[in-house]
Amino acid sequence: MHKCRGESGHHPVTFIHKENKSPKSCPNPNLLYKTHFPHKQINPQKQFLNSITRRKIKKLAGKSRNLPGNQETWIYLCFISTRGMDLINFEATELRLGLPEIKLTTSPVNTNKRSAPEMEYSSRSPPPTKAQVVGWPPVRSYRKNILQGKKSEPEMGSGMYVKVSMDGAPYLRKVDLKVYKSYGELLKGLEEMFKCIIGLYSEREGYKSEYAPTYEDKDGDWMLLGDVPWDMFLTSCRRLRIMKSCDVIES
Amino acid sequence: MGFPEEVLEHVFSFITSHTDRNVVSLVCKSWYEIERWCRRRIFVGNCYAVSPAMMIRRFPEVRSVELKGKPHFADFNLVPDGWGGYFYPWICEMARAYPWLEEIKLKRMVVTDDNLELISKSFKNFKVLVLSSCEGFSTHGLAAIAANCRNLRELDLRESEVEDLSGHWLSHFPDSCTSLQSLNMSCLSSEVSFSALQRLIARSPNLKTLRLNRAVPLEKLSTLLRRAPQLVELGTGAYSAEIRPDVYANLTEAFSRCKEVKGLSGFWDVLPSYLPAIYSVCSRLTSLNLSYATIQSPDVTKIITQCPNLQSLSVLDYIEDTGLNALSLSCKDLRELRVFPSDPFVANANVSLTEQGLVAVSEGCSKLQSVLYFCRQMSNSALTTIAKNRPNLTCFRLCILEPRAPDYLTFEPLDVGFGAIVEHCKQLQRLSLSGLLTDRVFEYIGKWAKKLEMLSIAFAGDSDLGLHHVLSGCDSLRKLEIRDCPFGDKALLANVSKLETMRSLWMSSCSVSLGACKRLSQKMPRLNVEVIDEQGDLDSRPDNCHVEKLYIYRTVAGPRFDMPSFIRTMDQNPTYRS
Repeated sequence: MHKCRGESGHHPVTFIHKENKSPKSCPNPNLLYKTHFPHKQINPQKQFLNSITRRKIKKLAGKSRNLPGNQETWIYLCFISTRGMDLINFEATELRLGLPEIKLTTSPVNTNKRSAPEMEYSSRSPPPTKAQVVGWPPVRSYRKNILQGKKSEPEMGSGMYVKVSMDGAPYLRKVDLKVYKSYGELLKGLEEMFKCIIGLYSEREGYKSEYAPTYEDKDGDWMLLGDVPWDMFLTSCRRLRIMKSCDVIES
Repeated sequence: MGFPEEVLEHVFSFITSHTDRNVVSLVCKSWYEIERWCRRRIFVGNCYAVSPAMMIRRFPEVRSVELKGKPHFADFNLVPDGWGGYFYPWICEMARAYPWLEEIKLKRMVVTDDNLELISKSFKNFKVLVLSSCEGFSTHGLAAIAANCRNLRELDLRESEVEDLSGHWLSHFPDSCTSLQSLNMSCLSSEVSFSALQRLIARSPNLKTLRLNRAVPLEKLSTLLRRAPQLVELGTGAYSAEIRPDVYANLTEAFSRCKEVKGLSGFWDVLPSYLPAIYSVCSRLTSLNLSYATIQSPDVTKIITQCPNLQSLSVLDYIEDTGLNALSLSCKDLRELRVFPSDPFVANANVSLTEQGLVAVSEGCSKLQSVLYFCRQMSNSALTTIAKNRPNLTCFRLCILEPRAPDYLTFEPLDVGFGAIVEHCKQLQRLSLSGLLTDRVFEYIGKWAKKLEMLSIAFAGDSDLGLHHVLSGCDSLRKLEIRDCPFGDKALLANVSKLETMRSLWMSSCSVSLGACKRLSQKMPRLNVEVIDEQGDLDSRPDNCHVEKLYIYRTVAGPRFDMPSFIRTMDQNPTYRS
C-alpha cells in the first residue's frame, strides 16, 4: 500500500494497485486516475458510502483487471479521519471513493504563492482544527492573516525582535518577544541566554538578585520589567537591558 | 434623425450608464459614430473579451478606463499564479492613444512598477488610480505615481498585494501637490514617514477619504485628524496604544471635530478602552467596517447601538446573535450586512453566532438588501423566514463553513430554504450557495431567479441536471462560478449558446471532460474555452479525462497568447483536432 497525502482533505490516502505492481513502478502516482464506474457519478451521499466495505473495495480492485482497454487501474481510497460519531456528515463513514478530480500529491499543492500552508496531514485522532480544503471557506488571505495575529502562536515569519543588552557583556543580543507568553518565560529565556540569575519579580521590591531586567518603552523611559501586564509590555517595549541591581535607582 | 451632431452629442453627454450608451450606439449608424466619438468612460468586465487596439479604434476620446482581469475565485487561491490578467498590453496602447486619460481602475489585474511609471509619465491630466485586488507592483511604483502625477486626486490601493519595500514612497508627493481627495493605503504594511503624511494631509484641503494602514499608531491619529476635519471617510491604523489619558483625550477631541465623517474603517488590534473616543461621530455614521476588530460582542454592541443612521456594517462573528439582535433594533436604515468568520478553520463554533442573528436582522431592518454571512449552521425554516421578511434582497451570499452541511434541525438538504430565497426575492442579482444541496435547488433557481446575474456554487448538486436548470432558466445570468460539483459534459453541451450571453463561466473540480471542452470550442468560435491543468501534459491526455479547471468566456479578441504552459485554449479549428 502506498500512502500519500490527499489534497482535498489531507486524508491519508491509500493506493490499491494491480497485483504485482509496486508503488515504485507506478509511472506517476500523481496522475489522475480513472474510476471504474463508467457513467456513474460518484455520489458522495452517505447511502452510497455506507454500502462500501473494505472487502468490496478489494473485490473491485480485483475486478479492475478485467476492464477493457488500457486504462490504468488505480483505485484509491480516502480514509477519512475519524471525527467522532457525526453520523449526519458523510465523512463519518470510514471509506469513500475519491472523485477523479481530487489530486493526490505527496506534498502540499503550492503552485499559487498566495495560498496559505493549508495542507495538514491528519493522523487517526481527531484533529483540533478543521480539515482544510483549498479555497474554502471563501475568505481572502489578508483576512486570515489579520486574525492569526491574535492567536497565542507566533505569527509565521514576523517576530518581534528587540535588542537585549547586559551590563558588563561585550555585545548585545536579540530576542523574539513573540516566542514568550509571559514574563516568567521571558526571564527564563534571558537567564539562559546570559547565564545569569535574575530571579523572581515582586511588586514591592522588584528583583532580589544581582540583576534587574529593565526595558525602554515607547516614551524612552527605562522601566522595570514586570510592572505592567504582559500584553501592554509587548506593545510598548523597544529594547531590554539587564542592569546590575546596584545601578537601579528606586523612583 | 434630423438633429445636428452637436445636439446629439450634447444629449448623449447626459447618458452615463454603460448599458444605456451601448444601446444608444445600436440605434443607427450615425448614432453609432457620434456616440463612439463622445464616449468618455469605458468598462471592460473581462480584459480578454476585447483587445486594447479594438477599444482604442472604436473609442478614440476616452478619459476613464475600468478593467477587470482574473476570475472572482482568484480571491480564494483557486486560480494559479501566472494565469494572466496583465495590464501591460493595455497601458502600452493607451499611453500612445489616450494622452488625456484621467482615470484608470483595475480589479484583479497584474500591474508592474514599470506599468505604474508609464502611467505617471504618459497622462498629463491623470487624476484617479484605483487598484483593487491587484498585484505585481511594489512601493517603488507608487513612488513614481506620487512623484509624477501633478493633479492626482485619488490613489486607492484597496486589498491589493503590494511588495512593500519601504514607506518612503509617500514622501515622493511634491509639496506642490494639493489636489488629493482620496487616499487608501490600508493594504500596505510599512510605516510611512509620519511627518510626510502629516504635511500631505495638511496641504490637501479637499481630502475626503483617508484610509491609513495598520502601521500608523493610534497616538498620532489625533494629529492627523486635526489637520483634516473635513474628512468624510476615515480608516484608522492600529487602534491600540498604552492606556494614557492624554492620548485618549486628544483622540476624543479630534474625533469630535470631525463633523463630516460618515464612514469608519481600520480598527486593527483594538483596545476596547479607546473605543469611546469615536462615540461622538457614531450618530452620523452610515458605514462602519469593524471586520478587523477582534472585540467581543458587548463592545461591538455598544458602538452600533449609537449608530441609528448606519447603512452598511462589516463585522466579525464576535458580534454574535445578541449583537445582531441589537443591530436589528437600533439600525433601521441598514442596507448591507457582512459578517466574517473569526476562526474559519475551527470545527466547533467559537462564538455564539447562528442563523438566528441573520433572521433577527432580516426582521428588524426593512431596507436590508445585501447580505454576506458566514456561519456554522442554517435551517430551511430560517432561510424561508428571511426570504419572506426581506423580498427586497438583491445580494444574498451565505457561507456555511462546513461543506455540504445539511439543515441542522431536520438534516434535510437546504434546497427548500434557498428555493424560498429565489422565489420571494425577485430582484435578486447575486447569490452564493452553501450547505447540502441537491439538483432540486437548481430547479428552483432556474425557475425563479430571473434577475440573477452572478451565481456561486460549491460542493452542491447531484448531476448535470442541476447545471442545466441554471443555464437554461436564469435569463439574466452573466457570471457563473462553480467548484467541486458533479456537473459534466451534458449540461454544457446542451446550453452552448447560453454561454455566449454570459461574461464568463468558471468550473473547477467538476466532471467536465477534455473532449467536451474541445467540442464546445468548435461549436462556439466566439468563446475562449480555457483548460487549466497543473498536472502538466495536456496534449497527451485522452478526451475522456476530466479537466481540473475550466474558464469559458465570450470574446471578440480570439484566443489569448499570454498563458502559462498549464493553460490551453481549446482550438476552434476542427482540422487541427488532436
